[in-house]
Amino acid sequence: MAGLELLSDQGYRLDGRKATELRKVQARMGVFAQADGSAYIEQGNTKALAVVYGPHEMRGSRNRTLHDRAVINCQYSMATFSTAERKRRPHGDRKSTEMSLHLKQTFEAAVMTQLYPRSQIDIYVKVLQADGGNYSVCVNAATLAIIDAGIPMRDYVCACTVGFVDETPLADLCFAEESGSSLALALLPRGGQIALLQMDAQLHQDHLEALMDAAMTACKGVSKVLDEVVRRHLQEVSVLTGE
Amino acid sequence: MCQWWWMLNFYVCIVDSPFLWVYGVICIQLCVCDGLLHFYVCMVDALCLCVYGGCSISMCVCWMLHLYVFIVDCSISVCLWWMLYFYLFMVDHSIYVCFLCLQRLDGRQTYDYRKIKITFGTDYGCCFVDLGKTRVMAQVSCELVTPKESRPNEGIMFFNLELSPMASPAFELGRSSELLVKLNRQLERCLRNSRCIDTESLCVVSGEKVWQIRVDVHMLNHDGNLMDATSIAAIAALSHFKRPDVGIQGDVVTVYSAQERDPIALSIYHMPICVSFSFFQQGTYLLVDPCEREERVMDGLLMIAMNKHREICSIQSSGGIMLLKEQVLRCSKIASVKVSEITDLIAKALENDKKARKEGRKCGFAESMPQERITALKNLETTVEMTDLTKQASDIVEGVETPAEMALSPVVPAPGVGQVGAGLQNAWGLEDEEDEEEEVDGDEPEVTIVAEKRGNKKKGERPVVIISDSEEEEVVILNPESS
Repeated sequence: MAGLELLSDQGYRLDGRKATELRKVQARMGVFAQADGSAYIEQGNTKALAVVYGPHEMRGSRNRTLHDRAVINCQYSMATFSTAERKRRPHGDRKSTEMSLHLKQTFEAAVMTQLYPRSQIDIYVKVLQADGGNYSVCVNAATLAIIDAGIPMRDYVCACTVGFVDETPLADLCFAEESGSSLALALLPRGGQIALLQMDAQLHQDHLEALMDAAMTACKGVSKVLDEVVRRHLQEVSVLTGE
Repeated sequence: MCQWWWMLNFYVCIVDSPFLWVYGVICIQLCVCDGLLHFYVCMVDALCLCVYGGCSISMCVCWMLHLYVFIVDCSISVCLWWMLYFYLFMVDHSIYVCFLCLQRLDGRQTYDYRKIKITFGTDYGCCFVDLGKTRVMAQVSCELVTPKESRPNEGIMFFNLELSPMASPAFELGRSSELLVKLNRQLERCLRNSRCIDTESLCVVSGEKVWQIRVDVHMLNHDGNLMDATSIAAIAALSHFKRPDVGIQGDVVTVYSAQERDPIALSIYHMPICVSFSFFQQGTYLLVDPCEREERVMDGLLMIAMNKHREICSIQSSGGIMLLKEQVLRCSKIASVKVSEITDLIAKALENDKKARKEGRKCGFAESMPQERITALKNLETTVEMTDLTKQASDIVEGVETPAEMALSPVVPAPGVGQVGAGLQNAWGLEDEEDEEEEVDGDEPEVTIVAEKRGNKKKGERPVVIISDSEEEEVVILNPESS
């Protein structure tokens, strides 16, 4: 597209942010009464909803029970109205299966599943509006939902999508910026451990380190925001229950 | 002279491992304090470690040397060094020795690939890849279709992977398998998102007719690392493929067959190749190109797709492992080396095939299998660790009990019927299990009798044991008479 600069000369992006700025994060926990844990998060224009059921007894295939830890079952789906064109997304198509597998892998590393042998934890994530960084926003929403459900985790799992334009790493991409190279990173901030690393499109090997550094800094920023959200929610709840 | 030694030490420490850091510091201290004799000892040490790979032989040599120096010189620092060495070796034996002489099941080093063999079939676009014993086949075909509405002047690339039970008994015919989805998506991301093929040249009539290139990959044998073999096969097949020529006159589009006009090769910008790294023991060990047994016990996998120009096309971590930034960067460096080697191999194979076709020689899958040669059934050599094999074997032989005497004369209970080996000691080794079963199933008073029998370990006369508490039938075990 002519005239669409992802990074202007003064260092401003399409939506007026600087290269290392994150989008505005607004989140609420405990939005559904039926589920054990739920959360809703808005990162800029990307909105996602996460719901957690568990830990409960294995349903479905009993032969998948693990004797020493819990099984995590993730399902990722996008609403038909989430993208610019209304698209019917059948359940079980390759992209959503792949995203579900990635979410499962991320949370298997972070949740302390050894405390719940022979059980199952279900995580359902739905993207209501997709404006870039779908996977990262889903991970953040699922983290909040798991904390709301009271399931112990090793650390917050924070994710961020970063890209590379004009030798500068851009943090927290929106949809227009995602067409170039994008790297999605899920991090446990305290130990600096990477739970999931995914990159598409071309990037020269020399830029990899700079990009990963930018991603880890952005994830640490996200973790501070999520921490604040959790503490505020707990304060509200404790005020309401009169403790 | 001490300076260059110090430099060499630090280079080795920083590049290779933190253990040698300790060793390096002590080297400096000794060289500074005590002079030339210790310096020579340090040099021999390092030589042993680097050249002989840090096995126990070199460790013993080091100890002997230090002990000698200690006795000769009676210096405390040497004694301390000897004790530190001993501590490092004994306490961290597994890690210290293992990282230096890490050997895989098939004798490869940690960063070695198995032997890669690429052959092409008779048709253009058919490619077989052998990665060790993993065998994969890719076939490329093309078809004229209407393009997508969002991209009216670009061709379409479609990837399809098949995991049939022919490749491994673990694969079932069900369509939705996690591994299949993972491999499919990874191949799509590696080849389609990286834009390695010029899709705009596949357009025939904008908005109406474009070429759809379809890559079908079949797994023929699963011996680990399917992803790498698949990516090599797919890109080699795409490079080998030639599509039919097309002529446009006004509104009429004519597709010429191979006899009428020469088919045209696809325009490929670069060749992305996947390299897989497997992690073990929470990231302590890293192996390139895991075989099937290593895959079963690994913690997780990191796949990096790169091309020859050191551009990373895709990175994907899978399995529940936690990575550190340094590990990822190190893997990318290793990947760039491997990718350039593999790209050269593919280019050479394509060259050979082109030459063979031009010279009119027969080419194809059947030709690539050597038939009437002495080496047709040759197996690849494998290095095997044989150093203490005789000792291990003699230990095993001594530990085994001698089998009882076997008298092979048959017992004749009735005319015309014979029983060979009846009444002899059971040499199958199942005797203890049978006794245990009887103990479990038997009634209370029977248990004591059987327990006494086990103590004897002799197959003498045994009373009849009732093992079922059903009132309808009586189960009776007959014991063979001792001959």
